[in-house]
Amino acid sequence: MKKLLLALASTAAVIGFASAAAAQEKAKVCFVYVGSKTDGGWTQAHDIGRLELEKALGDKIETQFLESVPEGPDAERAIERLARSGCGLIYTTSFGFMDATIKIAQKFPDVKFEHATGYKTAPNVATYNSRFYEGRYIQGVIAAKMSEKGVAGYIASFPIPEVVMGINSFVIGARSVNPDFKIKVVWANTWFDPGKEADAAKALVDQGVDILTQHTDTTAPMQVAAERGIKAFGQASDMIAAGPKTQLTAIVDTWGAYYIKRTQAFLDGKWETTSSWDGLKDGILTMAPYTNMPDDVKKLAEETEAKIKSGELKPFTGPLKKQDGSEWLAAGASSDDGTLLGMNFYVEGVDDQLPK
Amino acid sequence: MGIVEAILLSVITAATPLVIAALGELVTERSGVLNLGVEGMMVMGAVSAFAATQITGSPYLGILAGIACGAVFSQLFAFLTLTLVANQVATGLALTLLGLGASGMLGESFLGIQGIKLQPIAIPVLADIPVIGPLLFRQDIIFYLSIALVAGVHWFLFKSRAGLKLRAVGDSHASAHALGVNVIRTRYLAVMFGGACAGLAGAQLSLVYTPQWVENMSAGRGWIALALVVFSSWRPWRLIAGGYLFGAVSISQLHAQAFGLGIPSQLLSSLPYLATIIVLILISHNRRTTLINTPASLGKPFVPDR
Repeated sequence: MKKLLLALASTAAVIGFASAAAAQEKAKVCFVYVGSKTDGGWTQAHDIGRLELEKALGDKIETQFLESVPEGPDAERAIERLARSGCGLIYTTSFGFMDATIKIAQKFPDVKFEHATGYKTAPNVATYNSRFYEGRYIQGVIAAKMSEKGVAGYIASFPIPEVVMGINSFVIGARSVNPDFKIKVVWANTWFDPGKEADAAKALVDQGVDILTQHTDTTAPMQVAAERGIKAFGQASDMIAAGPKTQLTAIVDTWGAYYIKRTQAFLDGKWETTSSWDGLKDGILTMAPYTNMPDDVKKLAEETEAKIKSGELKPFTGPLKKQDGSEWLAAGASSDDGTLLGMNFYVEGVDDQLPK
Repeated sequence: MGIVEAILLSVITAATPLVIAALGELVTERSGVLNLGVEGMMVMGAVSAFAATQITGSPYLGILAGIACGAVFSQLFAFLTLTLVANQVATGLALTLLGLGASGMLGESFLGIQGIKLQPIAIPVLADIPVIGPLLFRQDIIFYLSIALVAGVHWFLFKSRAGLKLRAVGDSHASAHALGVNVIRTRYLAVMFGGACAGLAGAQLSLVYTPQWVENMSAGRGWIALALVVFSSWRPWRLIAGGYLFGAVSISQLHAQAFGLGIPSQLLSSLPYLATIIVLILISHNRRTTLINTPASLGKPFVPDR
């Protein structure tokens, strides 16, 4: 016992010494999370990215994170605390941290900030986002092939451009296969409430949809789909465990490569303000394996993915009409990013009224 | 299965945890103790029920674990507020925060694991009645328990001697004490019952409603249960009215959206709260009966003079 204690004490001393020494040289890279790092969705994907970053650059940096930071005034305090504690580069990983990030960045001009999914930048604030809608287009294509009734259910969270863009992309993808395809949208008005998400899923299935997709964070809708024997798509993380015979594919967020690239630039002193919006081809999102579908559908999905990656196919390309029937994009014309990032209208085929 | 039946089935699942948790809090408050820790006890019940079910393979042992965990966890609150006479509001809030944090830690190894769903039990003969049968007599044991508990608590509070004593403690602890009722012990038991009910409600969440464990999965249902107690003016049967009304409006608004009625979803989302408040205010509009039913010593600390 005594030996063991001694061994423990000496190890502790060595570790303590090592980390004290390392702290002198290692740069500190910090993360602010809106949820818990084990939420199985959005925040977990960011944390996986952080761990990849540690693995890649662990000898030059150390990372630190704050989880479950509410959007609002608390976020400001949390970010400021990190800035004061010597973080050189801070990633704030939720849309709602935007104003707080900008405000604290003004106070700490020497600290670099990176804000996920926002649109405000500053000399020391960059933004980064992922073209999730590319994955949703593929989902739409699969849904139109797999649905017997031609109606999919869509569980949405809040009517912000990101979510509206996803709905539109899904519908455009589906209509490229079946021009009569319809979707029913239910707004849960929450990102995270397993019970409510399950209720929304049940309501949609009871009203006759035979494919479900979601823009909320838990696997509850996937579970309902499995129970009712229909197919569904996963969100943010691979949700195959919740529906081994149900999940068709899932949009998986993979932030690691971006974090490594940007942190390396920071270490090299080459960090600059950018607004990065990468897609499937950059590997910032990937599609979970195409499962539970016939080979021809799988082939079509893979081809669609390849075309998006090569740039041959852009989901928002005309001819496209808005929901009210007015022209939006002429044949061959593609939407600019600005319109997408501020998207506040539906395209033709969405059977819902957009909440204002 | 028709659409109405489908809606009603979802309503029952959504309302059951609210009714059970609110019922426990109702008994606690009837004894004069305000425990704002319902959300925390509920989520602790959810995690322990899920964990016990995974380990033993039996959701029934899971239910027992949920109840036991809620009851034990509530005793922390009881000790702080009844023995050490800490502020009930602050302690209750702390219990919620502690429960949310502790459950997240305890449940870490159970994340992403497929849950085992509590299976319904069909009651012979009754289950074959058209419409009502599948709705009311082909349910899981927690639903049956919820109805039995409401009936039981009503009987206990208004027809039994022990219930009379409990109400006396809640109305005037000094008088009850003078009459020889053990105020502190009564309150300990009432808080424990509240915790057990919250734990059972939590078990319903992780075994029936959405058979899985995710952090914060109660998502505010403990707070809705607390509000239901007040709006039911501390009468058990009204909890059923309030809980089911809330459930019915929440589910119908989702159906209205899926149906494409074109009503703004933000308005629809707030309807359950509005409708429940309005209806419960209407049924408890008589000020006199409301006053009679409000525990007069609610939230007041009691220190027996020796």
